[in-house]
Amino acid sequence: MSKVLIRGGRLLDPSIDHDAVADLLIEDGRVVEVGPDLHADNAEVVEAGGKWVAPGFVDLHVHLREPGQEYKEDLASGGRAAVAGGFTSICCMANTEPVNDDPAVTKYILDRAAKDSPARIFPIAAATRRLAGEVMTEMSALKDAGAVAFSDDGNTIMDAWVMRNVLEYSKLVDAVVVIHAEDCGLRADGVVNEGQVSTRLGLPGNPVEAEEIHIARDIRLAQLTGAHLHVGHVSSGGSVELIRQAKDSGLSVTAEVTPHHLALTDEATEGFDTSTKMAPPLRTHSDVEELRRALAEGIIDCVATDHAPHATHEKDVEFTAAPCGVLGLETAFGVVNDLVRSGEISPLELMRRMSTAPAQIFNLEGGSLTTGSIADVVILDPDQSWSYDPAEGFSKSRNSPWAGAELTGQVFATLVDGRLVYQAGRGVLIQ
Amino acid sequence: MIGQDLLGIEGVERDRIELILETAEHMQEIGNRDVKKVPALRGRTVVNLFFEPSTRTQTSFEIAGKRLAADVVNFSSSSSSLTKAESLLDTAKTLDAMDPDVVVVRHKVAGVPQRIADVLDAPVINAGDGAHEHPTQALLDMLTVFQAKGRIEGLSVAIIGDIAHSRVARSNIYGFTKLGAEVRVAGPPTMLPPHVDSLGVKAYTSLREVLDGVDVVMALRIQNERLGGGIFPSVREYSSTFGLDRAKLRFARPDAIVMHPGPVNRGVELSHDLADHRPSVILDQVRNGVALRMALLYLIAGRAFPQDRE
Repeated sequence: MSKVLIRGGRLLDPSIDHDAVADLLIEDGRVVEVGPDLHADNAEVVEAGGKWVAPGFVDLHVHLREPGQEYKEDLASGGRAAVAGGFTSICCMANTEPVNDDPAVTKYILDRAAKDSPARIFPIAAATRRLAGEVMTEMSALKDAGAVAFSDDGNTIMDAWVMRNVLEYSKLVDAVVVIHAEDCGLRADGVVNEGQVSTRLGLPGNPVEAEEIHIARDIRLAQLTGAHLHVGHVSSGGSVELIRQAKDSGLSVTAEVTPHHLALTDEATEGFDTSTKMAPPLRTHSDVEELRRALAEGIIDCVATDHAPHATHEKDVEFTAAPCGVLGLETAFGVVNDLVRSGEISPLELMRRMSTAPAQIFNLEGGSLTTGSIADVVILDPDQSWSYDPAEGFSKSRNSPWAGAELTGQVFATLVDGRLVYQAGRGVLIQ
Repeated sequence: MIGQDLLGIEGVERDRIELILETAEHMQEIGNRDVKKVPALRGRTVVNLFFEPSTRTQTSFEIAGKRLAADVVNFSSSSSSLTKAESLLDTAKTLDAMDPDVVVVRHKVAGVPQRIADVLDAPVINAGDGAHEHPTQALLDMLTVFQAKGRIEGLSVAIIGDIAHSRVARSNIYGFTKLGAEVRVAGPPTMLPPHVDSLGVKAYTSLREVLDGVDVVMALRIQNERLGGGIFPSVREYSSTFGLDRAKLRFARPDAIVMHPGPVNRGVELSHDLADHRPSVILDQVRNGVALRMALLYLIAGRAFPQDRE
């Protein structure tokens, strides 16, 4: 029925290590042909000369705030921000109101997402009831309802016995457990990285050891249980080393890093801008260097944004009182494309970290453009500079550290299920 | 400096500090007059915006403003955005709409004066923000030391106490270092901030060592809320290891002076006797605080009215 021909782009398909100019023909939501000089009658043609054509980005870590906090974001606005950022699949954390710890909430999110969101949305259910870290959720029922992974995210499970049981039980449903690694006692009231900057600013510090101790514990528990542990938003060089060792030992451990931890340091907090406040906090230059190297080497498997919208009135308060988190979906490519521009990673490998690898971690469709694949596609203009203004963006919130920044690397178009849902200059296109 | 913010000492140049101190010395003379008032800021409005109660600092700014004939308005609010319907920035913008000429801000959280300055037209003076900076305290301390010693360059200054949580320590470290003094800090390891050496000071955990040969000893107040906070075991242990008395002061130079930003926990940071008598200069600090704040208000808000410019 509907045909789209993407013509003349540099086709980057990490699933088959393909990096060459090729046309892509899509029909009824599937890739039907890949090759040079394709022709198709009645096809909508997208000219992609000079651009990258890659599998749509997959984000394993976003907060969409629906149900319960729709003033920050909802599935419609979050889905629009996603496709504007080139993401075709996003996985939303369970810290909604009510918490996604019940199949009814999971189904609600999926129903609303199907109606409202141009991006595919996959709920991550809570690992414990009410995110309280005590009693595990009904993982089997939640998985049947559509949950793709389990996590208490920001409510770190501090009781190692509970965490052990969560990991053991996750094997029943063959699902990944995602952790927000932060030892709450050691973090104490820390709001910025503990170091020279926290000392100068007089803000309470949060040491890297709070993260590393917790990752070390959970890696041991992954070893004990044989479960698949996915480490969310790795922020320190020491954490990278722990993950490298776990992988060398053959454990089922994967990891993600956010664009902000790849690009910014704690020095960004010097003006006390609460759009630089997140957990884990921004670290030092050496941490950023090690994270970038780990992403390039694949020690860190993928980029995830931890897109965390908060209303301006919530963020415009004392630094210690502001909620943690920053927007990420719309700026992700413009930020991480810097690794390609600096020669630290090849375009193909960056696309792998943005699509193929995360899709594999949660066992989602996507991440590939081979014949027969679902036609989730992003077309990127890697050399195009643009200025980001959150007020002009698609998220309901504005808490971005890149407000007003010029980024190089722009999303030219996004297709979900073979339909053009976003195009630069035209915005989100939903019929 | 007219119309400029003073948010911290960190970003202030040496010659600017010297200008403030020189101006403060002129202002001291006004405090000695029969009529302690000059019309320098007549028609100007100074707002004291204090989110954290501080009778001393607020009174000092109020007297400073009044001696210069400014109208001084005190706006106190002990609540934060967490407990109050009106946000911090709304409070600030509301005040700004009333066209003050300078706003003096005190808050228990680091960075608040900066954020308020970002949205205000009026210049902002930081009167203490969390553990970040307390620039007017540091300036009055520098004035006090300069007048007691005749110089600051080449002096050795020891700051003792909870350095990690002290805005007074940070501002004084920046200030005295900029003016060419050597600054040392000392306290229990739990009260020394990480990477404290990056501030350009040497850290000690022995009172005897830190005092060796110093010209100035500055004791910091142990905040009551730190009691039982896990960073030191007891008041008794603190006072026996880092509390100053005349016997311990003998490790310093014979002519060393003793300072304290106040209020003193007697018997904790300083012995009763040392708090009241020379070489302690605590009341000089308070006296100089008024002159120093007069100087700042004058330098920041003292521009001539357009019609007076002839």
